[in-house]
Amino acid sequence: MTIDIKLQNDSVTQLVIRDEMTIYNVLEQNKTLLPYLEADKELQIDLSEVTEIDSAGVQLLIVLKQQAQKVNNQFSLVHHSQSVIDVLELFDLAAFFGDPVIMPADWEAS
Amino acid sequence: MSDLDLALETFKQEAKELLDDMEDSLLALEDTPDDSETINSVFRAMHTIKGSSGLFGFSDVVAFTHEAETILDQVRNGEKPIDDRLISVLLDCKDHTSKLLEHCIQLGNEHGLSEGLSVAGKELVFQLTGKTQDEEALPAVSEDIQLAEMETIGESVDLSDKWIISLAFKPDALRMGVDPLSFLRYLKTLGDIETVLVLTEDIPVVGEFDPESCYMDLKIAYKSNADKQTIEDVFEFASDDCDINILPPNSNVEDYLSILDELESDTDRLGDILINIGVLTKNDVAKAVQKQNSAGKDSKPIGEILVEQQVVQPEVVAKAVKKQQQVKQKIAKEANYIRVDSGKLGQLINLVGELVISGAAMDLMVERHGLTDVEEVAVTMNTLVSDIRDTALDLRMVPIGETFTRFKRVVRDVSKELGKDIELKITGGETELDKTVVERINDPLTHLIRNSLDHGIETPLQREQAGKVDKGCIQLNAYHQSGHIVIEIIDNGAGLDSDKIVAKAIANGLISEEHNLSQQEIFNLIFEAGLSTKQQASDLSGRGVGMDVVKRNIEGLRGSVNIDSMAGQGTTITIHLPLTLAIIDGFMVEASNERYIIPLTMVEECVEMNSGEWDVDETQHYVNLRGVAMPYLRLGEYFNSGISQQEQSRESLVVVRSGKNKAGFVVDQLHGEHQTVIKPLGKVFDNLAGLTGATVLGDGNVALILDVQGLIQKAVKSGRY
Repeated sequence: MTIDIKLQNDSVTQLVIRDEMTIYNVLEQNKTLLPYLEADKELQIDLSEVTEIDSAGVQLLIVLKQQAQKVNNQFSLVHHSQSVIDVLELFDLAAFFGDPVIMPADWEAS
Repeated sequence: MSDLDLALETFKQEAKELLDDMEDSLLALEDTPDDSETINSVFRAMHTIKGSSGLFGFSDVVAFTHEAETILDQVRNGEKPIDDRLISVLLDCKDHTSKLLEHCIQLGNEHGLSEGLSVAGKELVFQLTGKTQDEEALPAVSEDIQLAEMETIGESVDLSDKWIISLAFKPDALRMGVDPLSFLRYLKTLGDIETVLVLTEDIPVVGEFDPESCYMDLKIAYKSNADKQTIEDVFEFASDDCDINILPPNSNVEDYLSILDELESDTDRLGDILINIGVLTKNDVAKAVQKQNSAGKDSKPIGEILVEQQVVQPEVVAKAVKKQQQVKQKIAKEANYIRVDSGKLGQLINLVGELVISGAAMDLMVERHGLTDVEEVAVTMNTLVSDIRDTALDLRMVPIGETFTRFKRVVRDVSKELGKDIELKITGGETELDKTVVERINDPLTHLIRNSLDHGIETPLQREQAGKVDKGCIQLNAYHQSGHIVIEIIDNGAGLDSDKIVAKAIANGLISEEHNLSQQEIFNLIFEAGLSTKQQASDLSGRGVGMDVVKRNIEGLRGSVNIDSMAGQGTTITIHLPLTLAIIDGFMVEASNERYIIPLTMVEECVEMNSGEWDVDETQHYVNLRGVAMPYLRLGEYFNSGISQQEQSRESLVVVRSGKNKAGFVVDQLHGEHQTVIKPLGKVFDNLAGLTGATVLGDGNVALILDVQGLIQKAVKSGRY
């Protein structure tokens, strides 16, 4: 299993995705992640170990975010890895997710 | 002639053609009022004339045609029904437009309209719209098409110098290995991505979401100095999985417009023009064309599609369309037709005539000096000369259809005026004949048709009483027959009243009471001067001067006219005309040491005149040729009647045919085929029966060209009495 539960209680679920998010595994990730989107709860996804993300991955995140809004789930992405930051920036989607992104120290070089 | 004059001349021609088309279309609409294509063509005529008039600053024409165009646009969109009344008004509008144009072209812009024209114009506008023209302001020249979607990302960013790239991915894009990300990454290497907008509207709800399908669309504001093709190449490999639209920066529009101005385009295709100036790529155009094709009949113009697809700014398209119009006009005139002064053509044909004559002279010399090695060359040259002759004559050949269709209007107007219901059927419009013949046959035809309309076809009431079920019909037909063109005017009217004609002819002293005329000859009396059977002269016809003029005109063209009629069933007028007035293939014969030319197409066969073989009736001048009796004429005797005929050992009989009649000419010698350049005989010979012209032979002698038709009639007569 490439998605681990860091924390789960009545109100918050914290997940870590320890894999790339690409067209090769979005199908599986979608299946795994969806059940955690429970109504009126909070879901945090830790992206620190997402080494690679492509458009399919981004799309999956968008779908999750949209679905979360529908069911009133506090959905947030945390600890973006560098590759996720790059891609979200390219897509100009940082504002869409609205999550605080921690800029790495050498961001200017990126 | 200055450039402007040339352009004006082109415009004049074009407008005339457009107006003629418009008339045809309007008349066609009377039968099929729902034909959208026809309505469109009427609309186009007004639209194009309006546009072109604007270029020349003919504001009066623009103002008037605008009104007509507006109405036609409503008709086109199904907002206004088209009925007979509207068609009548539109026909008047067409006439008025043509008058306006004539006025403007002759006098230029400075002169206002004459009182008559402006009153007529206002009247027509009133009929068209129910409004007076002054109330209506001229239309805004262009409409601003807003790129509404662009506005959404345009709020925060100044888009004026950005490319707008729209990427619509197909569901399979990701699976096919196309990743939108990679585009973005690559674009970064060519320029700066200013804004990316991810459009996620297409993403379905969770249950239907397939993570491997692509639901995203991207809009990218992009700043780059690369040209459009380079940018498009970024997406080249993905074009199957992604719809790509690239709209050039607004700031480039100015550049494009100025390039358009300078462009010397040799293509009249809008897409190609836009590609040429770099505003579009071949892909853009291909897509738009595909869309246009798939839309089928209701497709929009390509320009509109391109703007809709947001690959190009509307103002660029507008400008390019204008350019396209110019190019089109140029190409249309260049590619399909060259307008040539008909005087030059006439000169060419005269020269070809001389060439034919000197070719014959050369033949003669070759023969006389027995130069066998030259003969071969001479034969080749003769073939070429006759090819040149045919081609040169062909240049002047035009289909008669255009002349025929002009009568549609005549028939329509006259039948309305007379309260008759008459239809004009045209067949054989593609039949070609010499332009000079076409021009000169127009008046006689008009007269004959008016005659049929006025005298031939009865009023609906009379028809009903006569038990005729079908409506009045005039048929114009043309076809080729043995080197001639035959034009028939067939009506299904009352037919000719032979008793009336005879009575009138006797009263006018044309024939005596004890005439001995066949039915056919009686009918043909109506072509004599001073015979009109209609009791009252109308303003259409019936003054009794028309028909003889008609006959004279047709005979002036070396043609003939015949009339046949069945009482109560209709009348058929048949006109035979030679295809050309200049050069013919002739058959040369000799009689009493005089040479004669018989048009080759009229020659049926040549046999030996041998009373032993054929049954020859010397007193009645009849010969029985294989069971067919026909009159014959000794050419030598006929043309040299004073000179005693020396006995010839051998005579030949040339059988000629004209229409249904056959006759034989007895001659001394046959010389065979001869290319004959027809030279008119002088005025002195005007009354000479049996001859239509002369030709110069290679040896400088003159041969006379026989009027076969006249001679056949002579032979028939001399045989009978």
